[in-house]
Amino acid sequence: MQMRVPVAEPRSPETYDLPDATGHFGPYGGTFVGETLQAALQELREAYDACRKDVAFQDELAYELEHYVGRPSPVYHAKRLSDDLGGAQIYLKREDLNHTGAHKVNNTMGQALVARRMGKPRVIAETGAGQHGVATATVAARYGMECVVYMGTEDVARQAQNVYRMKLLGATVIPVSSGSRTLKDALNEAMRDWVTNVANTFYIIGTVAGPHPYPMMVRDFNSVVGKECLVQMPALAGRQPDYVLACVGGGSNAMGIFYPYIPHAGVKLVGVEAGGLGIATGKHAATLSAGTPGVLHGNRTYLMQDADGQILETHSISAGLDYPGVGPEHAWLKDCGRASYVSVTDDEALAAFHALCRTEGIIPALESSHAVAHAMKMAPALGRDRILLVNLSGRGDKDMHTVAKASGIVF
Amino acid sequence: MSRIAATFERLRAGRRAALVPFVTAGDPTPAHTIAMLRALVANGADVVELGVPFSDPMADGPTIQRASERALRAGTGLAMILDAVKQYRREDDRTPIVLMGYANPVEHMGIASFASRAKDSGVDGVLIVDYPPEESGAWVQALAGAGIDPIFLLAPTSSEARIDLVSRMAKGYIYYVSLKGVTGSAHIDTADVERMLARIRARTAVPVGVGFGIRDPQTARAIARFADAVVIGSRIVEEIERAEPDQAAARAGALLAEFRAGIDAAVGDRAAA
Ligand SMILES: Cc1ncc(COP(=O)(O)O)c(C=O)c1O
Repeated sequence: MQMRVPVAEPRSPETYDLPDATGHFGPYGGTFVGETLQAALQELREAYDACRKDVAFQDELAYELEHYVGRPSPVYHAKRLSDDLGGAQIYLKREDLNHTGAHKVNNTMGQALVARRMGKPRVIAETGAGQHGVATATVAARYGMECVVYMGTEDVARQAQNVYRMKLLGATVIPVSSGSRTLKDALNEAMRDWVTNVANTFYIIGTVAGPHPYPMMVRDFNSVVGKECLVQMPALAGRQPDYVLACVGGGSNAMGIFYPYIPHAGVKLVGVEAGGLGIATGKHAATLSAGTPGVLHGNRTYLMQDADGQILETHSISAGLDYPGVGPEHAWLKDCGRASYVSVTDDEALAAFHALCRTEGIIPALESSHAVAHAMKMAPALGRDRILLVNLSGRGDKDMHTVAKASGIVF
Repeated sequence: MSRIAATFERLRAGRRAALVPFVTAGDPTPAHTIAMLRALVANGADVVELGVPFSDPMADGPTIQRASERALRAGTGLAMILDAVKQYRREDDRTPIVLMGYANPVEHMGIASFASRAKDSGVDGVLIVDYPPEESGAWVQALAGAGIDPIFLLAPTSSEARIDLVSRMAKGYIYYVSLKGVTGSAHIDTADVERMLARIRARTAVPVGVGFGIRDPQTARAIARFADAVVIGSRIVEEIERAEPDQAAARAGALLAEFRAGIDAAVGDRAAA
């Protein structure tokens, strides 16, 4: 299939050009970090800007995405699932088929190339489930860079296999025992490393969060997902979808598929958050559905916080969605109404996981299962000629243990 | 004249640098905060920086992180800290108190409401680590309306343009972070700090304090030769961590007295310099 993205896209009258020059998406985003990091962010903004305009950089990235990552990933018509549901047609964007098993590598590959251009021999990353850590360790191995991954001690215990994968790839995994000992604390620790070692170190953030330019840069690198869909959907289904759905943790796979569709006013964008045990229980990670605006990890966005403005611990069966913040661009898309955000519970995500395994022979990541679950809720109420495009952000191999445990099975 | 300006004027006349201890409010518990303020002031603090604990203290090293965790576990919150300052003000109307913390607790209270409550409590200055000048328009305005000084940071990596940006917005004093890294990192190079201070002073008349990495009275004395204020943070917080809760204020005070002696010894160095 010809994967050149057409130059002239159909655009709605309002051309979307966020973030602005200072990294803001309306009131969200920005550079809320201490003075010690401002010079490093400026250096990064300049380097990234140069990469964006550099044809040689774009060509190298395209080459790596094709030959190393395995892009383009296909779009697949999940016909048996759609028929079972008896309504709208469900299409899956198969990011699970990428090298390392998720969309995360689109971003780590891009940032690793920027790091190389900047002459930084050491990369660091934060990780929750370990997927971003693995994707970072992978590209670091690919380019012979030193790699240090910060991971909360809770997650190190829950995700022992991914810890081992990172070590196999030559990375050093540093357990973080401060705060809630999970993803947000790993991010704090990675920032501290970066402040201290900024001369030789590049910080590869794993989602569309952090201070400017990260939300924009991570979105740009993941937007290859949506750009491919713009070409693939007309070829496969005869037109663009009515709805695009994606799960939202920090929001990188969702921004990746949403962003190229923003000017397509007829396409509705739906982000699916982790409802955990149910919003009413407080044990969830549905930041946009139930949180309020604040400042964390370098940007202003929606957060899960208590009455004193302290950040709350979150819960989700999928470690990759277990984050108390969300990318600032999603906060903006929610407020301006261009995207809507819903949540599905752990149980609903698990049911969707099993359904996709049995009807299509595809084992999805638990994160992605949230998006599938919402599509399964929507489809029956829509006509058979409607089209739902779901970003299947990753595969479920990493989740065998969690799913087995939820089913009462001990290996 | 504000308490901060009056303090720096008085010290300048005596050719002395201000001694500025940092402690986390509510560490080890909120019940100890007033006693801590008393002990620090009795042992020579010219200004006190009171940390507002936050769940995600990204710019702090392990020592101050643990202090935040202790304070939060003990139930410390921003409103409670403002109440403690208000109570302390009844016995000390002279020593400037500067709150130092992260944006989210303040935004959650609302910056306008925070500014008026802080004013009512007798807070003199506020430093929000993750409010760089470019994100601080509304913040500086809210504080100005309440007569509170916005304190900003400068770092070894700050460009001339950023020094100017900070100088335009900062009041009270500017806090020069003497290290790359987080609070509590290794020792500092005094010669480097002196060079950078000269660069800053060439561009602003606002007093400049130095902090991060000052761990002993000798270093404090060396810095006091050329800085307007010497901030002692992690070293005091360590002392609090090691002490029995009821002994924490006394031990922090005793340690501060050693730094006081170091800084006073610098009066002669300054006169000679
Ligand atoms: C497969 C998969 N999907 C989604 C996510 C959530 O991240 P984001 O919201 O940034 O796409 C993760 C994170 O680990 C993941 O591994």
